[in-house]
Amino acid sequence: MSDLIPIIVAKYNYWLYIVLMMIGLYAMIAKNNLIKKLVGMNIFQTSIILFYVSMGCKRGGAGIPIIQHGPDAGHHVIDLANYVNPLPHVLMLTAIVVSVSTFGVAVALAIRIYQRYKTLEEDEILARLRSK
Amino acid sequence: MNDHYPALLIISPLLLAFIVSAMAWIRKGLCYPLAVVGSGLSAWFSVQLFATVLQKGTVDYRLGGWEAPWGIGYHVDTLNGMVLMVVSVLAFINLVATRKTVAAEFPEKEGAFYTLYLLFIVGLVGMTVTGDLFNLYVLLEVASLTSYSLIALGGGRAPLASLNYLYMGTIGGCFYLLGVGYLYIMTGSLNMADVASLLPAIYSSSAVWVAFTFCLVGVGVKMAFFPLHVWLPNAYSFAPSAVGSLIAPLMTKVMVYVMIRLMISVFSIDFTFSILKIGDPMVWLSTLAIVMGATLALAQKNLKRMFCYIIVSEIGYMVGGAWLGNASGMTGAMLHILNDALMTISLFLAAGNIYYRINGLEIAQLQGLFHRMPVTMACFVATGLSIIGVPPTCGFFSKWYLITGALEAGQYGFVGALLFSSLVNVILFFRVIEVSYYGDMQHAHGHGSPSEARAEAPAIMLVPLLILSAGLVVIGIYTGTIVNTVIDPVIPAALAR
Repeated sequence: MSDLIPIIVAKYNYWLYIVLMMIGLYAMIAKNNLIKKLVGMNIFQTSIILFYVSMGCKRGGAGIPIIQHGPDAGHHVIDLANYVNPLPHVLMLTAIVVSVSTFGVAVALAIRIYQRYKTLEEDEILARLRSK
Repeated sequence: MNDHYPALLIISPLLLAFIVSAMAWIRKGLCYPLAVVGSGLSAWFSVQLFATVLQKGTVDYRLGGWEAPWGIGYHVDTLNGMVLMVVSVLAFINLVATRKTVAAEFPEKEGAFYTLYLLFIVGLVGMTVTGDLFNLYVLLEVASLTSYSLIALGGGRAPLASLNYLYMGTIGGCFYLLGVGYLYIMTGSLNMADVASLLPAIYSSSAVWVAFTFCLVGVGVKMAFFPLHVWLPNAYSFAPSAVGSLIAPLMTKVMVYVMIRLMISVFSIDFTFSILKIGDPMVWLSTLAIVMGATLALAQKNLKRMFCYIIVSEIGYMVGGAWLGNASGMTGAMLHILNDALMTISLFLAAGNIYYRINGLEIAQLQGLFHRMPVTMACFVATGLSIIGVPPTCGFFSKWYLITGALEAGQYGFVGALLFSSLVNVILFFRVIEVSYYGDMQHAHGHGSPSEARAEAPAIMLVPLLILSAGLVVIGIYTGTIVNTVIDPVIPAALAR
């Protein structure tokens, strides 16, 4: 056990994203309400976004790579350790757009389902489908 | 102009999608012609691009002029040239063939439908042409999001089926994204060729194995590989007929292409077969997929649902062939992408024609259909023969390559599954043919419609179906040429030994 703790602490950001991902996956599998499943799906997607964001970070006070705002207004030799890697963050802007639009489509579908079955509980919908 | 085919291919349907959505407010009548222009341009550019690739070899296109590892590169060799052509040409044919069903099924939503249709083409074509791992994810989600909405256009249970597809599909997409994240951590690059050149030094790293597994599971969900297939039958069978014949043949085939691309171009053959050693389990899973797909297809009473389970077993053919680990199996898998896309679209278009006339697809309702719709049913029989694998239709040849590959690899279970599914397909199709040829017309339709009256689908729906059915035979006859010129150049040398 005492060996495990340093491993977890050293890469705690990855462990956090795993925990978040499992919460999301659990909600998607175990919850009966379609909207709760949707929330689970969003947690799942967010965990991956956080995973990407954390992989671009560096320890020791690295900032965003805007050279002008660095020391001496940019007139210095660039030390990579002072700047985070911006690429994963930029990628995640796209992933956030994807997750928002997925959520939008899903909510629209949920509205259609509610209009038809007057409920969003999955077991009630299935029971209604079976009784027909 | 010639140099920009890879970009034009995507930009033309993308731009026209926005014009169509604006036009829906101004003049509804223009939506369809504009969609035809967008899809037609895309098809034209893909044919031109394929011709260029055949003449001059692989085309590398740098988007916006940025050099490869930093910018997004489009990479077209003969394999994805072929898939591009299949996707955009079949989407165009389907657009023409389903004009009347769209007008009949959702007249109010034509603008939205054609916008989504063009965006779906953008997604699929982009996924096929791109040489960038993250770009692939974005276009994968473009194609998936449009397909959720397109499926939900159907009435009845379609929104529920679509929402379930959305849950599964999003998990699949996220897994793929996670795999790409691991690759990015390990290599610091997203360009496929660049990643492939950086990976060999770190093949022993467990992060690379995890990356590959995540990508494979993600792609597996999207292609409905057997244990992950549960979303497919509902989503595709409750979709409107114009949507079914668009998504069912193309989406799953493009995902199989993506899997093969990951196997041969990103992670090399050495890694996937020698280091990871999951060839055997994957072939056994595919065997299971084929057997279960075929068995479940037998249990269906609805024509479209039966086709859906046939797709599940056909996915097993392709995945199994790709994982056999020899050149014949890989050839069979690549050839089957082309053949299966053609066969599935013919099946779904035939089903669309039948639904257009008799408003139902229960097998019991099909009685006397040979007398009412002889041309459609003739095409249906031709497609059925191809799926069973009767020479000289194309289905025979890809199955031949797959069986040869399986025998070379000593995978007798896979051979058995292929033969079993062929036999089951015989039963499936002859059951339909029996009902529709010998079935008693008077008995089925008590509402007094003249039983012998011909009620063939309109010519605009028949001609595309006839062209596709003829294509099944033509491609079968030219299989040798296709394999020599298109598939052989992309088979990795490591497989041939």
